[in-house]
Amino acid sequence: MKKSVFFGALAATTLVAGMASAATIDDVKARGELLCGSSTGLTGFGAPDASGNWTGFDVDLCRAVAAAVLGDATKVKFVPLTGETRFTALQSGEVDLLSRNSTWTMSRDSELALDFVAVNYYDGQGFMVKKDLGVSSAKELDGATVCIQTGTTTELNLADFFKQNNITYQPVNVADDNEAQSQYVAGACDAYTTDASGLAASRATLPDAENHIILPEIISKEPLGPVVRHGDSNWGDIVRWTYYALLIAEEKGITQANVEEVLASTTDEEVKRLLGASGDMGVKIGLDNAAFKNAILAVGNYGEIFARNIGEGTSINLARGLNALWTQGGLQYAPPFR
Amino acid sequence: MTMINAAPRDDFRLSMLIYDTRYRAITIQLFVLALVLAAIWWLGSNLQANLEAKGRPLSFEFLWSRAGYDIGQTFIPYTSDSTHFRAMLVGLLNTLVLALFGCLFATIIGVIVGVLRLSKNWLVALLTSIYVEIFRNIPLLLWILVIFVPLYEMTPAPNAFKVTDEMIASGTEPAASMILGGTVAVTNRGTYIPGFLFDRGFEAGWMTTLAIFLVIAGSLAVHLTLNARARRVQEATGVRPTTWWKSLIVLFAPLVLVLWALGFHLDIPQPPTRFNFEGGVVVQNPFVAMLIALSLYTGAFIAEIVRAGIQSVSRGQTEAAFALGLRPNRTMNLVILPQALRVIIPPLISQFLNLTKNTSLGIAASYADLRGTLGGVTLNQTGREVEAMLLMMLIYLSISLIISSLMNVYNRSVQLKER
Amino acid sequence: MSDAFFRTEMTPPKAPPITERGVVKWLRENLFAGPYNTILTLVALYVLYSLLSNVIPWLLNGVWNANSLQECRDIVAASAGEGATGACWAMIRERWNQFLFGLYPQDLYWRPALALALLLVAIAPVLFSRVPRQLFWLTLFYPAIAFFLLWGGSIWTPIVAMMGFGVMALAYRLLVPLTGVTVAAMLGVLAAVLWWLLLDARLAEMLSTAIPVGLRSVGSDQFGGFLLALVIGVTAISFSLPLGILLALGRQSDLPVIKMLCVGFIEFIRGVPLITLIFTAALLLGYFLPRGTNFDTILRVIILVTFFAAAYLAEVIRGGLAALPRGQYEAADALGLDYWRAQRLIILPQALKISIPGIVSTFIGLFKDTTLVSFVALLDPLRGVTSVVRADLNWKGIYWEPYIFVGAIFFVICFGMSRYSMYLEKKLKTDHR
Repeated sequence: MKKSVFFGALAATTLVAGMASAATIDDVKARGELLCGSSTGLTGFGAPDASGNWTGFDVDLCRAVAAAVLGDATKVKFVPLTGETRFTALQSGEVDLLSRNSTWTMSRDSELALDFVAVNYYDGQGFMVKKDLGVSSAKELDGATVCIQTGTTTELNLADFFKQNNITYQPVNVADDNEAQSQYVAGACDAYTTDASGLAASRATLPDAENHIILPEIISKEPLGPVVRHGDSNWGDIVRWTYYALLIAEEKGITQANVEEVLASTTDEEVKRLLGASGDMGVKIGLDNAAFKNAILAVGNYGEIFARNIGEGTSINLARGLNALWTQGGLQYAPPFR
Repeated sequence: MTMINAAPRDDFRLSMLIYDTRYRAITIQLFVLALVLAAIWWLGSNLQANLEAKGRPLSFEFLWSRAGYDIGQTFIPYTSDSTHFRAMLVGLLNTLVLALFGCLFATIIGVIVGVLRLSKNWLVALLTSIYVEIFRNIPLLLWILVIFVPLYEMTPAPNAFKVTDEMIASGTEPAASMILGGTVAVTNRGTYIPGFLFDRGFEAGWMTTLAIFLVIAGSLAVHLTLNARARRVQEATGVRPTTWWKSLIVLFAPLVLVLWALGFHLDIPQPPTRFNFEGGVVVQNPFVAMLIALSLYTGAFIAEIVRAGIQSVSRGQTEAAFALGLRPNRTMNLVILPQALRVIIPPLISQFLNLTKNTSLGIAASYADLRGTLGGVTLNQTGREVEAMLLMMLIYLSISLIISSLMNVYNRSVQLKER
Repeated sequence: MSDAFFRTEMTPPKAPPITERGVVKWLRENLFAGPYNTILTLVALYVLYSLLSNVIPWLLNGVWNANSLQECRDIVAASAGEGATGACWAMIRERWNQFLFGLYPQDLYWRPALALALLLVAIAPVLFSRVPRQLFWLTLFYPAIAFFLLWGGSIWTPIVAMMGFGVMALAYRLLVPLTGVTVAAMLGVLAAVLWWLLLDARLAEMLSTAIPVGLRSVGSDQFGGFLLALVIGVTAISFSLPLGILLALGRQSDLPVIKMLCVGFIEFIRGVPLITLIFTAALLLGYFLPRGTNFDTILRVIILVTFFAAAYLAEVIRGGLAALPRGQYEAADALGLDYWRAQRLIILPQALKISIPGIVSTFIGLFKDTTLVSFVALLDPLRGVTSVVRADLNWKGIYWEPYIFVGAIFFVICFGMSRYSMYLEKKLKTDHR
């Protein structure tokens, strides 16, 4: 019999004991690894591939932060979290950063003691229906059966939308995206509602994509972004400015490939500050001066991350839309880097 | 250790607390009690400190705030404006109804399969063994997922029942049609069955229901009195008066009269004009899937229990019954089953408990049970995980204790009375 | 009388009528004995037919070589005609490793494989009596070996942790003559706990800086698939048995406080669904520990799953204890054995033997229940890995194949366990009925 030997061994060693001290940055540096809360598998946004490497839009932000803080984009440990466990995991210090398409709402910001530091994807809740249903607006869905993923803000938005328009619906609360899609395809629900990006990803993989339409109504604002614990503003700043650095890089035309080139030739003072060639912006925030250069070097600028994971070249095929830079009519706007 | 207890001495020494068996028991118990209390205090103070640090002390206020979400299957009126508490009740009712029907069907399946496994028919014995082994050795979660899908993949959508003007003009039939004389529709969202409607019912729906129940109860009481009198006559005279036609009248005439007075008619579901069937009552697929999965899964376990129970009754009992001239089915009913029941009941209770607890996997089939509402959406939207989880555990614990105490009472009534 | 006729040899027996021999007899007796049986047979045949007629074409059309679900569908449509369905086993071909090992580094697959092989060797002496007894030493040290192989890191960590048990045994040996079994055991445990809390980490660190020997360390976040199910299952099984025995003894104990505590614990754990305990492990445990303490989710889940199984085992074993005739207890007392000796030598061996079927079915249940960890986002083979696979655009929309693959493996393992318990029951049957 194995007695209780295993327990002792396990308890003694995997007990990642130690207090999560006030400064997350110190913990991350001491650990040499960033703990990043990710989804359990969401197409294009975060999932491990066949060889176990995590890829995706949200995943790349974690890699950028790891590159900025530790100088190595591979030093990230991804902790898959469900809709139910994600905020608790962040609050209790199981992860340093939550990058798992979470919607920024006031109650989450205040009641749950979390800080949303930026919006890396402006999304909105939409509906997908089959074309032959003859529906062209969400307001025509009176009496329809609607599939929703449970444990998300979409459930609340859906209830509000139908109530406001004084129409009724029959909800089917499904555990995850794949099962919702499967039910929708079989016709167990008339409409599938989730974030428009998720709908587009679902539609892209349907064998008969042309028979499905996404209705024009976007019934909610879903600003998705990275989340950190409340009360550690320095760590929040680091994540926020790493993200902004990626945005500024796109604005200034700095890409993964030409960072060094730009650094050598640029005369733009802001770019110099960003890449650590002048000033000590990195040190001020508790990092190296080359931190943001490392982040760009590791994952590319915001536009590159977008294009690589979910953009128009991929099979998810999302347009930039609201997520274009402010200079191109979108909402992505970084404060000045000075 | 000490086998011979020395005569108690008057002087008490401290070392006796460890070495004297009389006192040692007390020492150990006090020590353990102190340890446990200390642990509880430690956990409690940690909880308090952690919650205070988060700035949200333990509070169940959130139960009275607006829930804001909708639930697919509700047995009591509920909208997104209702409170979290009501959402919890909706979930609890869903859990209880599922558990109740699950236990019923699992028992039926279990008894049938358990008996069939002992059948001399080779094919039937083989198939039932395959069923039992497959269900016992594969996780329930997988069965829920696997049973839910065909329910909506292989049945027609409500749309398929739709009859449009063009179809009438061209004379084409809809792709799917209702069964049982056009009263029941099996769709990929649920099965629509006729409901009850009362044209001249009371203002309040429950009064109508109550009236019908009272009439049925009255009829039953009269019927039982009739039977009892007949038995007395039979015991006194040896001749049993014929009562069947009296019973028939007593049982059905009042009911028919009341139903007619209330203007009863069936509410037959109508094929959809837009999205879903109108009228009737819908038994939703998540419920059906959970019910099938739970009853088949638990049924396999119950089948084994029943089989073991029947086999535990010794062969001599059957032979003795045959020797008395009892026919096989009377042997089963009067001799084997009552004895087997004593072996069957205790493990059956724990299977019922298991089934009830397994309803908490409802989310896998989109079924909104207690865990889906209180432990799922409410927990997630309010962020009150400590309160929601504690409350949920408390409710499950109470359900379990109630079921097991009820079943234990029954168990005691069938146990062998030893004298 | 001389012409009397004597038959000198037997006439050869006539062949039995056609209905009483060969296939026909078997059919008649086993399938068509009476109208009731015939109906049953026909119903069974119909059920069989309707199942197989759907499943077989789907299986036959299965595709093994493709890079995406779409490709699978195209191949099936090309070979079996438009509208035909077929399994897409190509997904299993590409992702089987994740179903088995989760995200464990691919170049290190030999480590979990070796750990599994050693597990089979280590449990052999426990399972089969004919295996050489020396193997028990492997069994004793297996936990440390498995830990080292699976998690890697410094070799000193498991060794020093194992030394804690040495400390426990030593303390017990030294104290037994002075204080008696119960107190000595308590103090032994205390000594071991002190060792782990105070000395363990420092000593291990000292040794590993002095003599650095070790394997590449792998975090438990990378565990998944059946590796995870086995790690949780095997650990919980090995801990829940001793814990369950203690709880069962506690419930039968004459000491009211101990009895009350054990009953309370058992009834509480048995009264709530496992999934709430797993949620407690993932969500609430942090609240009950000092601020900032954090440890591995898998370990937390293992602890609560162990409690769960222990409570069920306690009830099974209690049944075994209750089934023993009163005379056995009295005989043990009459021999002058103390409580622990009586339990160890007389009561428990018999009670456990009676409880074997119940114990094994609890183990099977526990192993199947490891799939519930997907609700707290661990990568269990059933929903965890499947959702990872489906997040890949190539395989999005695949439904049955992963479930069939995972279900088949679960079936083989659990069925094996239940057959083993039947074997054991037969072997240990000493009464002559």
